[in-house]
Amino acid sequence: MGHPMSSPAHARHALLYMWRIRKFEEAVEDLFGRGMMHGTMHLSIGQEASPTGMCMALTLQDQITSTHRGHGHCIAKGADLTRMIAELLGKEIGYCGGRGGSMHIADVETGNLGANGVVGGGIPIAAGAALASKMMKKGSVSVSFFGDGAMNEGAFHEAANLAAIWKLPMILFCENNKYGMSSSTEKAFAIDNLADRGKGYGIPAVNVDGNDVVDVYEQAKIAVERAKSGEGPTLIVAETYRWKGHSRSDKNLYRTKEEIEEWRERDPIPKFTSKIIEAGLMTKEQCDAIAQEATDAIIAAVNESVKAKPADPAGLLDAVFKKASA
Amino acid sequence: MLTMAEAIREAMCIAFDERPEVFLLGEDVGIYGGAFGVSADMYHRYGAERVLDTPIAELGIVGAAVGAALSGMRPIVEIQFSDFTAQAMDQIANQAAKIHFMLGGALHVPMVLRTPQGSGTGAAAQHSQNLEPWFASVPGLKVVVPSNPADAKGLLLSSIDDPNPVIFLEHKLLYKIPGREPVPEGSTRIPLGVSKVVREGKDLTIVATGIMVNKAWEVCEKLSAEGISITLIDPRTISPLDMQPVFESVDKTGRLLVVQEGPAHAGFINEVIAQMAGSASFGSLIAPIKRLAGMNIPIPYAPQLEKAAVPQIEDIEIAAREIVKNWR
Repeated sequence: MGHPMSSPAHARHALLYMWRIRKFEEAVEDLFGRGMMHGTMHLSIGQEASPTGMCMALTLQDQITSTHRGHGHCIAKGADLTRMIAELLGKEIGYCGGRGGSMHIADVETGNLGANGVVGGGIPIAAGAALASKMMKKGSVSVSFFGDGAMNEGAFHEAANLAAIWKLPMILFCENNKYGMSSSTEKAFAIDNLADRGKGYGIPAVNVDGNDVVDVYEQAKIAVERAKSGEGPTLIVAETYRWKGHSRSDKNLYRTKEEIEEWRERDPIPKFTSKIIEAGLMTKEQCDAIAQEATDAIIAAVNESVKAKPADPAGLLDAVFKKASA
Repeated sequence: MLTMAEAIREAMCIAFDERPEVFLLGEDVGIYGGAFGVSADMYHRYGAERVLDTPIAELGIVGAAVGAALSGMRPIVEIQFSDFTAQAMDQIANQAAKIHFMLGGALHVPMVLRTPQGSGTGAAAQHSQNLEPWFASVPGLKVVVPSNPADAKGLLLSSIDDPNPVIFLEHKLLYKIPGREPVPEGSTRIPLGVSKVVREGKDLTIVATGIMVNKAWEVCEKLSAEGISITLIDPRTISPLDMQPVFESVDKTGRLLVVQEGPAHAGFINEVIAQMAGSASFGSLIAPIKRLAGMNIPIPYAPQLEKAAVPQIEDIEIAAREIVKNWR
């Protein structure tokens, strides 16, 4: 991919993928609300620009690790919407055959090493993927998406240090959505700017507007080039906000309606839409059609998934270990 | 005759020579040769890229191994003491063990985590544990507990071949001991999940793991001279566990003694007892099953305290003698 403003095709991609994430999350919320999905889910509505901008700077061979709030990363890296919805509905055709659910979708074909139910769990794994890339001279980069909460985990510290000392082709991508569940960054950090942490590891760090797909892409591109030229990791801190609660149980007791409203005003999708219309890359009608295309794709994915065969308990015991290939 | 440390090193070198994707990473595994010297000279032979010294960061080390394993490499991780796996448990139990199953089978983690365990070095409670039940209770991990150099070599080569995460627990007192049998030369393997009948007898079946196999062997020798003949079984891999030879042996002997170094409560050896209790061979028992295990205490420091905390040869001898004498 390339710069979201570099051509109508690129602008279309950025807008389509942000809409896909938005519509996917809305569909998930709806299916939960109607009792058609069980378990739990973590929605990334309001944060769509970050994964979209980051993944537009990547190739198919580049790898990512994701988080419990991972639907957006999966979609931005190119996952199949039907297999995603089917997984959340516990169907055989789901990415994990119904064994993982919302927090464990991985997609080998698009270089997605998986979402993660443990905060910070994916960061050392991404460092390992970058180590493999370096050892095998693959030329690929690995990106670990994580939230502000993960930056206080030991896993972040250990992985950041390994990436720095070994000059790994890695990007540590923090989506600072301001809350680890109910704990604000003000409560959980004694520094104002999370990017200050980079200095302690000898890792260049940059703040981006996480709700601006162009800003995210531009800094992501610099970080990717740095990683691929052997100069080592970059820490990107994307300032963004989750509109919805942490998960189903969240009553939003720790923040104000005004704060949520203020961030809804900074919606990444209209922001980018205006930008590309002003730049003459797209007409309003074309932009509306893209939103509709995303909606239609999600509806089709839901319809196909609902009809799909439920996951079968029969094969569970055989699924624990991979069989040795002869 | 190779020691167990030498046999493990030989297995690693064979794997290094056979597969370019195999590498070793851990604290001080490079020029230092590992805390117990297991990787001595490998740094000079294979270079710093394949014998990779790491910072003291167990979670990061294991996580990096998991990520590398997912991406085409085949890492061998050395964690300096098994006690320190506690630092890395998220990556072991939540990530490595579950990825293949939880993520739908598209990914797998061909990784071996080698780590020294066990008491007897005066290193006290945080450097002496036997943690096999931690690992054996997590579906998705294979757990190997070698008792001698020949087995260690063949089992390690199989573990490196295995497409799944394998925890390889090496008793540190065994490192410097040559085996009773020579280590086979060349690239030979011993399959995981096959118990070994170490010796056969008719009066008693002993199932022992790790260093307890050696202690039990001494007892078998001594009692054999008195006309008590014992079958000694070493499961070698405790996950998966091969119980068939145990059932078959108990059908002949009617008596079972199980021995492990780790604490008795919720220990691995209880799984052997549970499976025996639920098997058709339970009816062959003419004596209650006897369990010998470590005391339910942290391993203490002073030599006499440390010795008292885990089964010794004399304890096994007394237990074996009693069970044979009292139940006829």
